[in-house]
Amino acid sequence: MKMTSRLIRGTLFYTAVILFVVIVAFPFYWQLITSLKSPQEIYQMPPAWWPSSFYFGSYKDVFTKTPFGLYLLNSFIVSSITTILCLVFGSTTAYAVARLRFKGKKFLLGLVLSVSMFPPIAVLSPLFLILKNLHLLSTYQGLIFPYMTFTMPLTIWILSSFFREIPKELDEAAIVDGCTRLQTFWRIMLPLSGPGLFTTGILVFIAAWNEFLFAFTFMTNDAMRTVPVGIAMFQGEHSLPWGDISAASIVVTVPLIILVLIFQKRIISGLTAGAVKG
Amino acid sequence: MKNTNLSMDNILKTSQTNIDNATKYGKKRRRQEALLGYALASPGILVIVIFSLYPIIQTINLSFHSLKLTMPGLGEPFVGIKNYLEISHSARFWLAVWHTFEFTLYSVVFELVFGLLIALLINRPFFGRGLIRAVVLIPWAIPTAISSMMWKFMFDDQLGVVNPILMKLGIIHHSIVWLGNPNYALGSIIFVDVWKTTPFMALLLLAGLQVIPSELYESAKVDGANAWQRFFKITLPLLKPALLIALLFRTLDAFRVFDVIFILTGGGPGNSTESLSMYAQTVLMRYMDFGHGSALAVVTFVFILLISIFYIRLIGIPVDQENKE
Repeated sequence: MKMTSRLIRGTLFYTAVILFVVIVAFPFYWQLITSLKSPQEIYQMPPAWWPSSFYFGSYKDVFTKTPFGLYLLNSFIVSSITTILCLVFGSTTAYAVARLRFKGKKFLLGLVLSVSMFPPIAVLSPLFLILKNLHLLSTYQGLIFPYMTFTMPLTIWILSSFFREIPKELDEAAIVDGCTRLQTFWRIMLPLSGPGLFTTGILVFIAAWNEFLFAFTFMTNDAMRTVPVGIAMFQGEHSLPWGDISAASIVVTVPLIILVLIFQKRIISGLTAGAVKG
Repeated sequence: MKNTNLSMDNILKTSQTNIDNATKYGKKRRRQEALLGYALASPGILVIVIFSLYPIIQTINLSFHSLKLTMPGLGEPFVGIKNYLEISHSARFWLAVWHTFEFTLYSVVFELVFGLLIALLINRPFFGRGLIRAVVLIPWAIPTAISSMMWKFMFDDQLGVVNPILMKLGIIHHSIVWLGNPNYALGSIIFVDVWKTTPFMALLLLAGLQVIPSELYESAKVDGANAWQRFFKITLPLLKPALLIALLFRTLDAFRVFDVIFILTGGGPGNSTESLSMYAQTVLMRYMDFGHGSALAVVTFVFILLISIFYIRLIGIPVDQENKE
């Protein structure tokens, strides 16, 4: 009796888990098989659940007939530089917030938090005018600086929660041994929080890589588009080239999936450090 | 007797000077610490002030001016609250407000319910849990623009796979034009958003669940509490902080929705799926009307501010955490 009820519960449990995975994964599966179908097969109704033969033309087309390679490069440059700048400027702020006592700290934290809350649309028009006047529209800087609006608060929140996890006794001991505060930051905190810096870096990179509104608005020149905007703009005059779009999506999705699978523990700890514990 | 008194006095005296020295030394150190604090905090704060705070103030300022980039000859005259009055008289604005609230309410409620269910489901250890947790992250990590394109293809009434699946399952009997029909378009958009963000919600809630000590459940079981009682008396109250913070972040995120709508429907058909951010972006960049667009952006901002204040009242101030330690 007990055995069978356990068996039923186990079956129900795994059915629910499998159903969940199928719903989450189905669009990726569909994208993959669409990217491998020939154009005729894509337009066939009802759609085939598996391509009759593997066709790689869409992959070739997306790199030869569209500037997709360029979009990838743009996204990569913008996201990497944003990440590096954020870690450099944000880590000192996070250290001050996590370790030092000074007046107005609560106000600063409140400022950082409220900045992370406001909608990007609220800064769109002045940023556009500033970038236009400085002739920075359609330049890498013209996207990297606006990206700081949302990546800097993210960096400060996540890094400061990582810094708080490093035992205070360590920097106290270093101070007793004659280190200055700045030296403890440089020699103790930074090396010890290597994993935290790395995690924050991944999160900032993904956030910058995925951004759409600023990239869509500030990169007015086609050749400067980032991947999300580029793919969204693949639309032709009358129909959407779904084979190319699928192939391009797969090219972007697969590395991100691998990244997530490898670093899942770090990503989760970063996200929860920023949200749940905060 | 006298002797002991004297020595007592001495002890008190020396300890007093010790304290004096300590506070003097401490004061100096504290001042140095504060100075260093300001110095180290300034780079990050400066970036935030320059790229976020200053533009916000500029947006508010622009919303009181008339500025049309298509007509540069008109200049930038101060018009007071005229932009606000004009948008408040337009039906399109109120429709966008309505859609934004509708989108936010439905997507957040569904995400919360499904997210909690999934979190409870995967909270216990089982074979393959690590893999599930990784799978949960994938929709979150893929750019919304790309997952929206995938769904746009699947929702397509000619080539999409959604209609054939639903027909096979017997849920619908003829093809539906999901994104081109005002009755279904917003619902389809909400569906895509729920698909994309429920896993993320589940993850945040799972992290909250795992902090709850298992002894609580064991002792409740011993006391004869059933599963429902355990859920309502233990899980829910202890999950409340994580739940509220996850809700706050999701609500704010949903309220500024742009990408999903822009890609799936572009705000159409008609204006039946236009959100506030979508409308503001169109006025700003397509009509190049920076006065009205800024007023729309400010209104969106004010709504978000009110929502945040509401939540923060519920949660307590999250930045207080430092003082509790």
